[in-house]
Amino acid sequence: MTDRIHPLLAVFAGLVFIFLVGPLVIMIGASLSDTNFLTFPPRGLTLHWFTHIFEVTAFKTTAITSLQLAFAGTFLSLLFGIPAAYALNRFRVELPSWLSTVYVLPILIPEIVFGFSLMKSVTIDSGFPVGLTLLIGHALLVLPYSVRVVSASLAAFDFSIEEAAISLGSPPLKTFFTIVLPNIRAGVIAAFILAFITSINDVSVSLFLTGPGISTLPIQILAYMEQFFDPTMAAVSVLLMLLTVGVMAIVEATLGLTFLTK
Amino acid sequence: MTVSLDIDNIAAHYGSTQVLKDLSLSVKAGELVSLLGSSGCGKTTTLRLVAGFLTPTSGTIRLGDRDLTRLPAHQRDIGLVFQNYALFPHLSVLDNVAFGLKQRKIEPAERTRRAKAMLDRVGLSDFADRLPGALSGGQKQRVALARALVIEPPLLMFDEPLSNLDAKLRVDMRVEIRKLQRANGTTSLYVTHDQEEAFSISDRVAIMNAGRIMQLDAPEVLYQRPANAFVARFVGFENLIPMTVKARDGAKVSAEAPGGAVLTLSEAEFGPIPDRFVLATRADGLSVQHEGAGIPVELGLRTYLGRAYQYETRSSAGSLIANGSLAEPFTTGDRAVLVPKPEQCCILKPEA
Repeated sequence: MTDRIHPLLAVFAGLVFIFLVGPLVIMIGASLSDTNFLTFPPRGLTLHWFTHIFEVTAFKTTAITSLQLAFAGTFLSLLFGIPAAYALNRFRVELPSWLSTVYVLPILIPEIVFGFSLMKSVTIDSGFPVGLTLLIGHALLVLPYSVRVVSASLAAFDFSIEEAAISLGSPPLKTFFTIVLPNIRAGVIAAFILAFITSINDVSVSLFLTGPGISTLPIQILAYMEQFFDPTMAAVSVLLMLLTVGVMAIVEATLGLTFLTK
Repeated sequence: MTVSLDIDNIAAHYGSTQVLKDLSLSVKAGELVSLLGSSGCGKTTTLRLVAGFLTPTSGTIRLGDRDLTRLPAHQRDIGLVFQNYALFPHLSVLDNVAFGLKQRKIEPAERTRRAKAMLDRVGLSDFADRLPGALSGGQKQRVALARALVIEPPLLMFDEPLSNLDAKLRVDMRVEIRKLQRANGTTSLYVTHDQEEAFSISDRVAIMNAGRIMQLDAPEVLYQRPANAFVARFVGFENLIPMTVKARDGAKVSAEAPGGAVLTLSEAEFGPIPDRFVLATRADGLSVQHEGAGIPVELGLRTYLGRAYQYETRSSAGSLIANGSLAEPFTTGDRAVLVPKPEQCCILKPEA
C-alpha cells in the first residue's frame, strides 16, 4: 500500500472531471458570444442574451409555471411519499416485498411511455384540465425520490424510539411529528431537493402533458430552439445552472452536503 | 400507589402463527417478575402486549383496577426501558427525561425540576444539556431509566435492558435497577434471556418456552426444585434419567434405568415417587464411587473444576456427567458407579 495515486487513476479522474465540467464551460462561453448563433469559443463578449431572456415573455411565464409546478409537485409527492415510506419501513415484515418497487415505477418505466400513458389516461380519457394533469404528472414523476430517499432515512431510524415516546404518553400522530419527523429531517430535505430538481428539469413527461396556454421552461427552451438558434438558450441554461448552484450553496451552508451521500 | 399486573389467559398470533397460548401471569404490587427464555419463547411478545404495541387475540390484561386490554398504548401509563435505550436523538438528556412529564401537561418549571432531580438520582446531573449521542452505553441506559421512572408509572417494564452493555457494566446496572425499583416499590416486569441476570434481581422468575410459562417461582425454588424436565435442563441439570418403578417395599422403591441398571430409592429421602419418572440432577448430585448401589459407568474425559473433578461418563442409561472428589481421582477408562445424592436430586414427571 502506498499513498501515491496510480497514473491511470489520475488520468481517469481527469477525464471524468473534463466530461462533467466541459459542457458547462462551453455553455457559459456560448452564452456570452456576440453572435446570433450558438458558437464556442465565443466571438466577442456580451451580456445581451441574458437581457434578451427577460424580453421574451414566454420565458418568464413558463419559468413561473415551472417553479409553481416544481414546488407543488414536490410538496404533493412528499405529502404522499413520506407516509408511504413510513408504512413501508414500519410494517416491513407485514407488507409484501414487491410493494416498495411499485413506488419506483415512474423512474423504471421509460419517461416517454410514462408521459404518454398519463396523457392518454388522465388528459384524454378522464378529461382533466391540462394544468392539473401536469401537476399530477410531476408529482408522480418525483414520487420515487420522495419515497426512496425518505425510506433510506427511515431505514436507519430505530422505531423503538417511537414506541418509547408513545409509552410516555404521546399519541401516535403527534409522535410522528415530534419524534419521527425531526429524526428523518435530512432525508426529507434531500428528497425535496432531488424531487425539485427533477421536476424543474423534466422534458419527456411535460412534453406530453403541456398543452395550449400552459408550458414549462424546458419545453419553452425546446420550442424556442426550433425557431431561433441563438445564444439565448445557453443564457437560460446558465441561469438554471446558477439557480441549482445557489440551492446547493444554501444547503451546504445550512446542512452540509454530506447528508446527500448518507 | 402500587398495583398488581394481572394477565389472564391471553393468546397472541402473528398472522396465523400462535405465539402465546393462554398465558396467565400475575405480578403482585411492588414485585419484580422476570420473563426468562430463549428467543422466540414469547417473552417479548408478552411485554409488547402489556405495553399495547400488540393486541391479544383473547384474554385480558389488568393493571390494578384498570383494564388495559384494548387501551391505546399512549394511555397505559407504563414506564418502558428498551434494549437499545431508544433515547430521542434530537433532544437533550434533560428534555429526554422531561418528555413524559410534558405529555402529562406538567408546567415547564416543575418539569425541569423533577427531571433534574431524577437525573441526579441516576448520577447524570452533569450531562443534562448533552445530546444522547455524546453518552456511553451505560449512561444512555441510565437516562432511559430516569425517563421511565420520572413519570412515576404504576408499572415498569424492561426489555433486555442490559444486553448491549459489557459484562462489568451489566452487573452494576442490574444492581442499580433493583435498588431504584425497590426504593420506589414499582411493580415491574423484566424480560431477559440471561438466567443469572433474571435470578439475581427478581422476586420471581417465569421460565418460558414456546409461548407458555413452564414454571413461575422464586429463583431459589427454580434453581433447586425445577418442576419439569424443561426447567431442569434450563437451570443446568445435566443428567435427566428416565426411570420405571419395578418394585415397592414400604418407602423403598426399586426403579430401573434404561439399560437395566436398578436403583433403590427411599421415598423418605426423595419424596413421593410415581411409577414412571425422571431422575434429574446436576453433576454435583451424582457421587463417583468404586462400588455401591448406583449406575455402573465407564469414565471418560476428566476435567478439573477447582472444587472437584468432573467426569464425562458412559452408562447403559446414556451419557452422564458427574463430579468426583479431589481426594480420590479416577482415570479415564476406569469403571465406577454413580450414586445419586437425594438432597440434590429431583423426581420429575416423565416427558411427554
